[in-house]
Order: sequence, then C-alpha cells, then structure tokens
Amino acid sequence: MSDASAAPTNPGNDAGEMTTASVVRLVGRVFAPLLGAVAIFGQHMILLGRAFTWLFRRPFRLRLYLEQMEFIGVGSMPIIMLVGFFTGAVTALQAITALAMFDQQRWVGYGVGVSLARELAPVFTALMITARAGSAMATELGSMRITEQIDALTTFAVNPVHYLVTPRLVASILMLPVMTMVFNVVGLLGAYIISILVYQIDFGQVLELFRHWVDPLDYVQGLIKSVIFGVAMALAACYQGFNVRGGAKEVGRATTAAVVASSVSVLILDYFLIEIMRVIWPPQGM
Amino acid sequence: MTNDVSTRDDRWQIRIRGLHKSFGAQQVLRGIDLDFERGKTNIVIGGSGQGKSVLMKHLMGLLQPDSGQIYVDGEDIVGLGDVAIAKVQRKFGMVFQYAALFDSLNVVENIAFPLIERYRLPRSEIMERVRDLLRRLDLDNVPGVEQKFPAELSGGMRKRVGLARALVDRPEILLYDEPTTGLDPIATQNVDEMIRRTAHDFGVTSVVISHDMASTFRIADRIAMLYDGTIIACGTPAELLKSPHPRLREFVEPSGAVKFGAPS
Repeated sequence: MSDASAAPTNPGNDAGEMTTASVVRLVGRVFAPLLGAVAIFGQHMILLGRAFTWLFRRPFRLRLYLEQMEFIGVGSMPIIMLVGFFTGAVTALQAITALAMFDQQRWVGYGVGVSLARELAPVFTALMITARAGSAMATELGSMRITEQIDALTTFAVNPVHYLVTPRLVASILMLPVMTMVFNVVGLLGAYIISILVYQIDFGQVLELFRHWVDPLDYVQGLIKSVIFGVAMALAACYQGFNVRGGAKEVGRATTAAVVASSVSVLILDYFLIEIMRVIWPPQGM
Repeated sequence: MTNDVSTRDDRWQIRIRGLHKSFGAQQVLRGIDLDFERGKTNIVIGGSGQGKSVLMKHLMGLLQPDSGQIYVDGEDIVGLGDVAIAKVQRKFGMVFQYAALFDSLNVVENIAFPLIERYRLPRSEIMERVRDLLRRLDLDNVPGVEQKFPAELSGGMRKRVGLARALVDRPEILLYDEPTTGLDPIATQNVDEMIRRTAHDFGVTSVVISHDMASTFRIADRIAMLYDGTIIACGTPAELLKSPHPRLREFVEPSGAVKFGAPS
C-alpha cells in the first residue's frame, strides 16, 4: 500500500495488482487439493516408470517374481474361488427371478456368462486381491521402510525399486488376469449348480445360448481390464508402503490408504475403460 | 593433519571438507570438517536431531550434499555416478541401529546377501565365508542358527548377524548407527566389546554414531562432537577431557561416565 503513495501517477495499477494477487491466492487455495492430487498422481507415474525401467536391467532375480506370483496368485486361490462361486450363484438366482417373468430362464447362461466376463470377474477379483495381497504389500514395504531394511538394500548397491516394486508390479499384472479367469470358471460352476441342478432349467438350451451369445471378446475385454487393475493395485500398495515415515501407526495408515486408493481407482478405472472399449469395440445393435 | 586431502593418506582414511546439507529450510549440516583415522574407532557424538545420521548417510553416498567434499582414500565421492559409487560402497559395511535384517530371509541368506548381489561366487565359497563369520562372532554355538529367521533371534544376536552381514564382503570401513540404543548395560558392554574386537580382528576403520557417553569413552580412539550442524570438538578422549568445550561438558557430564579436568 505504501507503493501506491510512491507511484501516485498510476494509482489504479497497484489496486489492480492487489486484486490479481488475491485472486491468484484464492484460486491457489481452491485448487490446492487438486494440485496435491495431481502431484501424488505424478509420483505414482514416476514410480511406475522407474519400476518398468528396472524390469529390463540385470540381475533379473527370477525368484522374487515367482515368490510374488505365488503370493498374489496361488495364495489368493481359496478366496477367489469362494467369492467367485457365490457371485455366479447369486447372479444366476437373480437372473432366473427376472427372466421367469417372461418365461425365458434359458437365457440365464448368457446373462451370467457375460456379466462375469465383462464386469464381475475382473472387478471382484481386483477388489479381493487388493484386500488380501495389496494390503499385505503395503504393510510389508512399510515395515521394511521403518526398520531400515530398504536403506540396508541401498547400502548393498541394490535399488529398492528394482528389488521390491518391479517384482510386485509384474506379478500383479500377470496374476490378476489368471485369477480373473479362475473367477469366471468357478462363477459359471456356481451358476450351473443353481440353474441346472436347483432350478432344473434345460442344460442344452442354456449351454447353446451361452455359446452363441457370449463372445470371446467379452473375455478379452475383461482380461484387459484386469491387467490395468493389477497395475493400479500394485502401484497404490507399493507407493504407500514405500513412502511410510515414522512408526507402526504410519504403517497402518499406509495400508488403509493403499486399500482405499486401490479399490476406488479400480471402480473409477472400470468406468473409463468401459467407455474406451465401447469406442474400440462398439456393442452390437447400437 | 596434512592439507592435501585429495591423495591417499596413511593416517586418515576419510576426510570431510565443508559439508553442507539442508532439507527445505532446515539446515542440518553447516560446514563439517572432519577426518576419520584408518584402523581406529572414530566416534561421532551429538544429541538427537543434530545431523549424525545425515552425516553417516553422506559417507556411503546415500545422500548428496549441497556443497562440500568427502574423500575416501583420497577419492572425492560426491557426485559420483551409479557404478563408481557402488565401487566406493563396497569399501563400507553398515551396522544399523536395529540390525535391519531382511525379515523374509534366514540368517545365512541375510549374511550372504551382499555377496550374492555383488558377485557370482560358487555356493561353497559363500557358505564358507558365512560359516567363518558365524564362528568368529560366536553365533555358531546356537543350534540351527543358520536356518533361523530374524524374528526368532534375540536382540543381541540380531545385532551380531547384522554385523556379520556388514563384514561378509570384507569392508575397510564399518559404520555403526547408534549401536547401543535401547540396550541394557550388560548388552551395551557386549556391543562395545564386539566393536572393539571387530576393529582389532578385522583391521577395519570404525565410524560409530552414538549418544551413549559411557561406551563412547570406553571404546573410542577419537571422538568428534556434532552440535547444531558443525563439529565443535574433535580429538582423542584424553584431549577432549583435558580441555572440554562447554557444550561437550553439558552433554557428557550428566551421564557421569567421565570426569573432566578443571575448565581451562
């Protein structure tokens, strides 16, 4: 304000600048959370880039990849089978109830098959594996950080991203589609038991409509989604675990943040991936 | 001290000149000049948050200073590339405060880790070196210790396994990060004994970061005090006791570990 008296020839200018400054400040305050979100997104992308760069560098440490694949894949088998079975069964039950209004229960195979392939299997698999393996990844990396194990790696000239993040990311990308297919198969088994064995719908008709209408492309789309969900889950878990500072409480907070971020991003990505895939493979009859 | 720091010196192995480091607005190191003597036990003391750990991380090239030089055997390690710094890092072994053993690996795998990561050695040679260390650090009298995981070990044993891992690649310099924190007096004496014996048996230069006064004056050949990002006192224990800096006196006296001479 003292500037205004120092430059009396141009009195309006200073007031204008002040307004501009306060507008900038206001905009800054309004957009600060957005800016923070963009910064965090950027850090995730940097981590992703580094993890992929290290993928092609020696040593390859195949054992670490296999261990992670075993943990994410084989270890998640029981929960995926359990959830897959009941998801298939419940979807069949609801489809039969709806289709019975038109006496068209034979379409249940198609309905359950396509729902599982395109949506239920990839999304539920990603959510279940996030809950089981994603949380464990964040906790493990977080406690390695606070007990200086990650620093110890560096002192042996081992890059922590190379040693810890790359195997988890690659294992997730490889195992999520596999588990999604397991979910599909077991889900169909659940649907079979409900529709054929419990509701006595004609198996020949159900099978024929399923074979005719469920396209391999439905499975391809589901599997593409599961790959991207795998990236999102591993990235969220590793990022949160890697950036823990402090003590045990922070590890817990990081685990929660990893599970929330991963689950939310799976559901949001799901929407956008559907939109993108509708452009690439336009649905029939539209 | 000779002034030419950029050639290998028979007495001083590590020479730090004008080291500055800030994190954001916080100045942690403000011009450190310090030398560590070859084959001796050099201890850096200082209160919490005075930059001891930051200083130690600089020695291994884990942090880059804002300005200043660190000469290891006459080679300035500041700003070296990945490959060159990895070569320098092989001269160092680091013993972490709580050992920092890898949870997912057993004792043998932990100790062998630096060898497996750095070289392609036959398994028999790796096992030979690991067993030799287990014997020399008195870890071989525990049945089945080789297959145990860190969670199954006592604190003292974990520390010795951590030391074995630091020693396995035959470093010239061992860094200890507050080795006696959280130990009872007996365990502290054991760790002191371990540091002294290691320095003697393996002929390494030891750099210890500590705030444990009693053990510092027991085992140190040289002591430096870090205060507010600078070295305020440096010398042999006898030299420090003869003419103590007021801050050093403040820091050391309450522990009752040592008696100072009359203030000069």
